[in-house]
Amino acid sequence: MEQVTLKIGFVPLCDSAPLIVAKERGFFAEQSLGVELSKEASWSNIRDKLAVGLLDAAQMLAPMVLSGTLGLGNMRVPLMTAMALNQGGNAITLGLPLLRRLRDGEAVLPGLLRLIAEDRAAGLPPLTFAMVYPFSTHNYELRLWLSGAGIDPDRDIRLVVVPPAMMVSHLAAGSIAGYCVGEPWNGLAEAMGLGRAVITGRQIWDGRMEKVLGLRQDWAAANPESHRALIRALLSACRWIDGNRIETAEIVAQPQYLSAPLPVIRDAFEAENGLEFHAGDANFPWRSQGLWLLSQMRRWRQLPGGVDWRATVDMVFRTDLYRAAASDLGLTCPTENERIEGGGRFDPASIPKGIID
Amino acid sequence: MSLRIILVDDEPQRTALLSDALMAHGFTVVAVFPTGADLPRQIAALQADVIVADLDSPDRDTLESMRQVTFEQARPVVMFAQDGNPETIRAAIEAGVSAYVVDGLKPERVRPVLDVAIARFAQFQELRSELDKARSTLAERKLVERAKGILMKRRGFGEDEAYKLMRKMAMDQKARLVDIANKIIEAAELLG
Repeated sequence: MEQVTLKIGFVPLCDSAPLIVAKERGFFAEQSLGVELSKEASWSNIRDKLAVGLLDAAQMLAPMVLSGTLGLGNMRVPLMTAMALNQGGNAITLGLPLLRRLRDGEAVLPGLLRLIAEDRAAGLPPLTFAMVYPFSTHNYELRLWLSGAGIDPDRDIRLVVVPPAMMVSHLAAGSIAGYCVGEPWNGLAEAMGLGRAVITGRQIWDGRMEKVLGLRQDWAAANPESHRALIRALLSACRWIDGNRIETAEIVAQPQYLSAPLPVIRDAFEAENGLEFHAGDANFPWRSQGLWLLSQMRRWRQLPGGVDWRATVDMVFRTDLYRAAASDLGLTCPTENERIEGGGRFDPASIPKGIID
Repeated sequence: MSLRIILVDDEPQRTALLSDALMAHGFTVVAVFPTGADLPRQIAALQADVIVADLDSPDRDTLESMRQVTFEQARPVVMFAQDGNPETIRAAIEAGVSAYVVDGLKPERVRPVLDVAIARFAQFQELRSELDKARSTLAERKLVERAKGILMKRRGFGEDEAYKLMRKMAMDQKARLVDIANKIIEAAELLG
């Protein structure tokens, strides 16, 4: 193995669990890896520290490996992933003041559409919603949900970025009307009586990878055995989590990891339609999902023309490396790299080869 | 015209250090905010050109989102990395500084701001680690004194004797003196 001590970054959330459990339950040690986990305050920090080598690997939002590689955000850094850390765990929460404005029995989206029109006619400022990062699944989930009801997320509302751990305080302060974020920050708002989750991320678009293990392409090329051992350790941790949800919640709720009440964290790990860590090929880095993410970036004007989508996705989502590590553990995995996504709503065959303008 | 700068940092001593240095270089520090200020509005209201933020500020993700121009925001803000010098970026990240500039500003105008910030952040890091070291040395010395006192009282040792015994225990056990002192204190508390 090339490098045996690694520094890995994470942003405190329930779905940091694979990294935390791998450390606390000895799955890294089992693979002869010594890992220091570094708690980071922002996704920008994760990207920048990975870029300059202050981190060897990191928990990342799935779209970030693409935006970093293409230089769509503020820094171009060629990234890749060979493993998703989880699926699900996001939800959209609306604050009580907004929920109270809905009529008895009125469905949420039509109600929002009505309130937006009424506010505009009255000359009031638009409702403000928050998500966690421009290149995040949360951004795309919120936009999909709103636009599905005819609400234009760029014109009809104000969309801002707020870090996950600060969502609840912004909702309490009334500076935002609602948000899309990962657990435990939806459950916490509900437990504090500040708002209610109206839909989960999986109800909007199911079967999608959420966080991934992100690395620099040059680091992965120089450390193939360390990388493979890292994937083995995290796959073992993910399998363990699926069968030990309550104990996982207790491990993650330690103050050095996630500062939120244990009951809220436990509920998040036990929720139906919530976090998946291994079952259903949750760790497989489907290239069809990479293409879908690019299609979302394009739809919301983050991705310009002149990019070879398929070449980018093949370089960034390394299904081959996943299969190698999974076979070390005797796990079966998908033989295809692509599949129909979103319950039939996205067919990767619709994306042509070559540069797309 | 002098560049207008906003500082985003929860460390008041560091912002004071950096503010003074930037003013001395002829820049205008228009505001200092702790984490959680509504930066998109503040940047527009204060007509700021440059935002210098603690790298560990959670507000960085909010600053990142200002790259896109939205309907209410006329001035897109980008991270200062466009002079393409990876050494500068590395130095900034290692010192714990991030800088964002209003799109269109010439890199050579902004570069001195970043240089001053990197230098002051690095200076502060050094000051703090010296202070931490001094504090922990003092704390350790107090523990050693306490353990020495326990040995003198309970075992009737003289001060020198007590100290020598602790040093020998530390050497034999390949431990630090303060760890031995801790063990003695713990044992004494246990025995009451």
